[in-house]
Amino acid sequence: MDDANTVITVNDVCKRFGSLQALDHVSTTVKRGEVLMIIGPSGSGKSTLLRCINHLEVPDSGTVTIDGTEVNERRGNINRVRADVGMVFQRFELFPHLTVLDNICLAQQQVRRRPRTEAEEHAHSLLEKVGIPEKRLSYPTQLSGGQQQRVAIARALAMQPKVMLFDEPTSALDPEMIKEVLDVMLDLAHEGMTMVVVSHEMGFARNAANRVMFMDYGKVVEEGVPEQVFSHPQHDRTKLFLSRILH
Amino acid sequence: MGPRANELAPASSATSSFTMLRRLPIWLVILVLVGLFVLYSMLTGDYLSTLQFLVIGVRLTVVSAVLSYALALAVGLIIALGRVSRNLLAYNLATLYVEIMRGVPLLVILLYAQFVVVPGLSNWLDLNLHTRLLWQRNSAIAGVIGLALGYAAYLAEVYRAGIESIERGQMEAARSLGMTYGQAMRHVILPQALRRVLPALGNDFIAIMKDTSLLTIISVSELTYYARQEASRTFQYFRTYNAAAFLYLTLTLLLSLGVRYIERRTSGGRR
Ligand SMILES: Nc1ncnc2c1ncn2[C@@H]1O[C@H](COP(=O)(O)OP(=O)(O)OP(=O)(O)O)[C@@H](O)[C@H]1O
Ligand SMILES: [Mg+2]
Repeated sequence: MDDANTVITVNDVCKRFGSLQALDHVSTTVKRGEVLMIIGPSGSGKSTLLRCINHLEVPDSGTVTIDGTEVNERRGNINRVRADVGMVFQRFELFPHLTVLDNICLAQQQVRRRPRTEAEEHAHSLLEKVGIPEKRLSYPTQLSGGQQQRVAIARALAMQPKVMLFDEPTSALDPEMIKEVLDVMLDLAHEGMTMVVVSHEMGFARNAANRVMFMDYGKVVEEGVPEQVFSHPQHDRTKLFLSRILH
Repeated sequence: MGPRANELAPASSATSSFTMLRRLPIWLVILVLVGLFVLYSMLTGDYLSTLQFLVIGVRLTVVSAVLSYALALAVGLIIALGRVSRNLLAYNLATLYVEIMRGVPLLVILLYAQFVVVPGLSNWLDLNLHTRLLWQRNSAIAGVIGLALGYAAYLAEVYRAGIESIERGQMEAARSLGMTYGQAMRHVILPQALRRVLPALGNDFIAIMKDTSLLTIISVSELTYYARQEASRTFQYFRTYNAAAFLYLTLTLLLSLGVRYIERRTSGGRR
């Protein structure tokens, strides 16, 4: 099961919040270079699944394995794994007291122990890549939402992660800014980055996703290639959900 | 500025002059007037000699305020980190500390410091007789320790409020990059939290400046100590305590203006 091509293995993960079963025996694997898209109604457990993958939320049972290393609370392990798993949040979560450059350099210096000059060089090339090299000395509040999210992506990429997790990266953005973020994500996907994306952006699903997973009530209802899930959904709940978001 | 406000609202000049009045720090004007009056009577009347005597105490008032505040800032931060910690031992110890220190009058804490903590400390450090006597006679050391330990509890709660006001996503973003809890605290949470509580921290500096007057009870020769000496020597209570109050007010007013300045600067650059 753990062959060299598997980057993420989620094995039988459960998570409760009080009486609410947020994740109900979820299992899946993500291969190297694969782009997995997770869709589902609000409260279905999409964010919880992402957060369990890098243990921002600790599963009640089940295991998560990243590139052969089982994630758990053992000291050292968790931080090492998280450094290899980039995460992009719906509300960006840039550090407001730091410049764009410092946002991207901080973890490189603290976690990867890179010297400042090397971290800066890396940050420059990443800002180039996400298309805002001129903003490196700005503070996050001085940027538009789309620019902030692109900085957040650059910040995660700076750790040279093995996989990137995106939790509704465009849903806090004005429509005219969604494309600039999606374009960056598309580039990443085409470069072969392994990605797990929670999003309802159909354009991205069609152009980049290898696999779509539909979740409801903490369960994986069905998964398959985008064409199959979108055009020939097997389950009624999937059909109902798709009819709502596709109108 | 005035004429422009009138242009915008020509009909309601009463309102605009009212807002002008509200903008003006009237309290400050009154205070300055009172200050000038006091200053006048001081320089003309017998206040001058009283003031000259009391001013000697200002030095120790300021020194013990600064030292105990600095110590309280450091101890308070450690306590605050315990208060927000998920480590049960750290959390409970810190909470115990805060509850005890906030529940016991500062005056009693100072008595403890003088008669329990300092003797205990000098035993523990195994000081020689000479140093030991020096410490005991120099009650300012006990005063600074006592004030600092008491204020650490208040400052800890200020820090804690600041730390808890930072959105949870900030810690998560830092941890998701692989930073340890300590790294995230130091580089992401605390810098933001401190900026938010800077005015509150400043207010506690003003408070500690006033509370140094309690040190008189353990015979630290600060301002109030000198005032009491002067009053019992001359029986001029009204004049003496006026002069003391004037000196305290001058100190706290200067600090208060400083805090306002910091407040304005930090609220300008917030997100
Ligand atoms: N920390 C928490 N404490 C309590 N309940 C939580 C917590 N986090 C999530 N939940 C609950 O767990 C369920 C799943 O939440 P989750 O955020 O994973 O849903 P989601 O699919 O991401 O929804 P959305 O599309 O609204 O983001 C929801 O009912 C939510 O209220
Ligand atoms: Mg969510």
